[in-house]
Amino acid sequence: MQLSELHGHKQYADRAFRGLALGAAGLVLLVLGLIAVKMTQRAWPAFGLGFFTSTQWSAPDGLFGALPFLWGTLYTAAIALVLAVPVSLGVALFITQVAPPWLKKPMVYLLDLLAVVPSVVFGLWGVLVLSQHFGLGRSFLTAGVILAIMIIPIIASLAREVIETTPVADKEAALALGATRWEMIRASVLPHSKGGIVGAVMLGLGRAMGETIAAALVIGSALGQITLNAFAPGNSMPAVIANEWGEAREPHRAALIALAVTLFVITIAVNLIATTIVQHSMKRSHGT
Amino acid sequence: MIADTPLDDSGLSGRELPGTAGKAGGLHPEIDLRARPSWRTKKNALITAVMAAAVALVAIPLVAVLWSVIEKGAAIAFRAFPDFFTSAIPMISTEAGPGMGPAIVGTLLATAGATCIAVPIGVLGAVYLHEYGGIGTFAKLVRFMATVMTGVPSIVMGLFVYLIWTMNFGYSAFGGALALACLMLPVVIGSTEQMLRLVPAPLREAAYALGATRSRTIVTIVLPAALPGIISGVLLAIARAAGETAPLLFTIGAATAYNPDLFHEANTSLSLQIFGNATSAFPAAQDRAWGAALALVLITFIVTLIARVFTSRLALKR
Repeated sequence: MQLSELHGHKQYADRAFRGLALGAAGLVLLVLGLIAVKMTQRAWPAFGLGFFTSTQWSAPDGLFGALPFLWGTLYTAAIALVLAVPVSLGVALFITQVAPPWLKKPMVYLLDLLAVVPSVVFGLWGVLVLSQHFGLGRSFLTAGVILAIMIIPIIASLAREVIETTPVADKEAALALGATRWEMIRASVLPHSKGGIVGAVMLGLGRAMGETIAAALVIGSALGQITLNAFAPGNSMPAVIANEWGEAREPHRAALIALAVTLFVITIAVNLIATTIVQHSMKRSHGT
Repeated sequence: MIADTPLDDSGLSGRELPGTAGKAGGLHPEIDLRARPSWRTKKNALITAVMAAAVALVAIPLVAVLWSVIEKGAAIAFRAFPDFFTSAIPMISTEAGPGMGPAIVGTLLATAGATCIAVPIGVLGAVYLHEYGGIGTFAKLVRFMATVMTGVPSIVMGLFVYLIWTMNFGYSAFGGALALACLMLPVVIGSTEQMLRLVPAPLREAAYALGATRSRTIVTIVLPAALPGIISGVLLAIARAAGETAPLLFTIGAATAYNPDLFHEANTSLSLQIFGNATSAFPAAQDRAWGAALALVLITFIVTLIARVFTSRLALKR
């Protein structure tokens, strides 16, 4: 600040630039706030009795019970996590602890490529190849598998970053005591990166719940299914919005926006927790 | 105790195969330091194999998806080359034949529009966070909320833009651009701030010492120094945005003819064409979906590749 006092006439440009930057940063809060307010406002009439408890969803009859879709969202996300977490951790550990340096880079590329394939392309593959040629049909399980493929790069690359912050001294201490590589991982790497890995998994969870297009294509669009049978066709909140919006008219549209608000609240909550965990564990690892 | 835990060098020298390191023997060649096979080394080998299997498991879907896209996409795209990339989409979707030109234009238009909105705001926001806000409460809050915003489902952004824009001004590529910009903004802020952090402080101090104001230092010294990294982050955000479908579903409308106008009339995109044709029962429509998928994957991969080039340039600088 004292510096700018030396050039009085330049101060205005400096202040204007600062104000501009401040406005740009504030826009993030503004957009998030607007999303919350505008959408809740519009969806309010639909949040009547039974929106979260009824299993009846029928637009012509004006019945909007979102429970089956809530179930479908949680169930497919759970399947995706069960499949993706062990694989992601295996990949992250292999890249950081096992792979020789020349192999590391191509593997990181592999994850990056997987992350950049558009979700609609995974959906297309899921509906025309996976569900038809592997006997899965369109079901919770097919959706779970596709979602798992999509969240593996997210979980694996974040877990890799966290794992790489393990202090070398910790690892060498375990090795010096005669630990095998796996024992070293269990004794030094995992305890150190536990928090970050949990956060990475939760970010993957948030992504799996919010993924729309791939789920909409492969989940089967069945109404009112609350079942543990993974081979049954079902539906999830974002998939319902994507599939029904085109033909929807007024009370129906409010109900679909209410689904989006529900999804927004759930994913924001999951992400808030995940971000807090990741930042906390990163801070701790940088501190030591 | 010592007898129970044989010296194991497989962990010590992770890059060598177990059992090869101790061979030379060093000072006492008669002492064999090689790991004796025990349940511990076996467990280690087993788990290493499991980790390698996980890597293979990740490669399988990537290869399978790309194979399908290339095989089926190239079949239609190059049977009618270059018509597939230039001619209009058939009005009746059951009709066989080429045409994804308007969708390619729509995708490029919406993505370019989103870039023009999100990049200046995102870079300025990151400048505030790193150069002005620092560890202040407001900057911390914005940084935190930007991270949270990256997790907002893209379909929510689409509906949001529908409510504030499309309902009032009608379908257009610009509506899609707005929705994509909402998705890109937090990503650009995050990656740009990371790059600004890499700019060494002495560079700024040198500029201040020469009498430059803060804004001049940022614009002429800090931003150019971080430029390759910023571009790389922006390109990755563009690649992600170009592949998005859900934000366009409610904002861009539907069209089969070319519409190069960003602000007026409904448009279409590659992702929307794939989504619409994927569940069609007609082989002609399915073929077009594969062709569109090939075009979309090509666009996203090329943008990612260019981003990589910028990243490697950055690595040279460091």
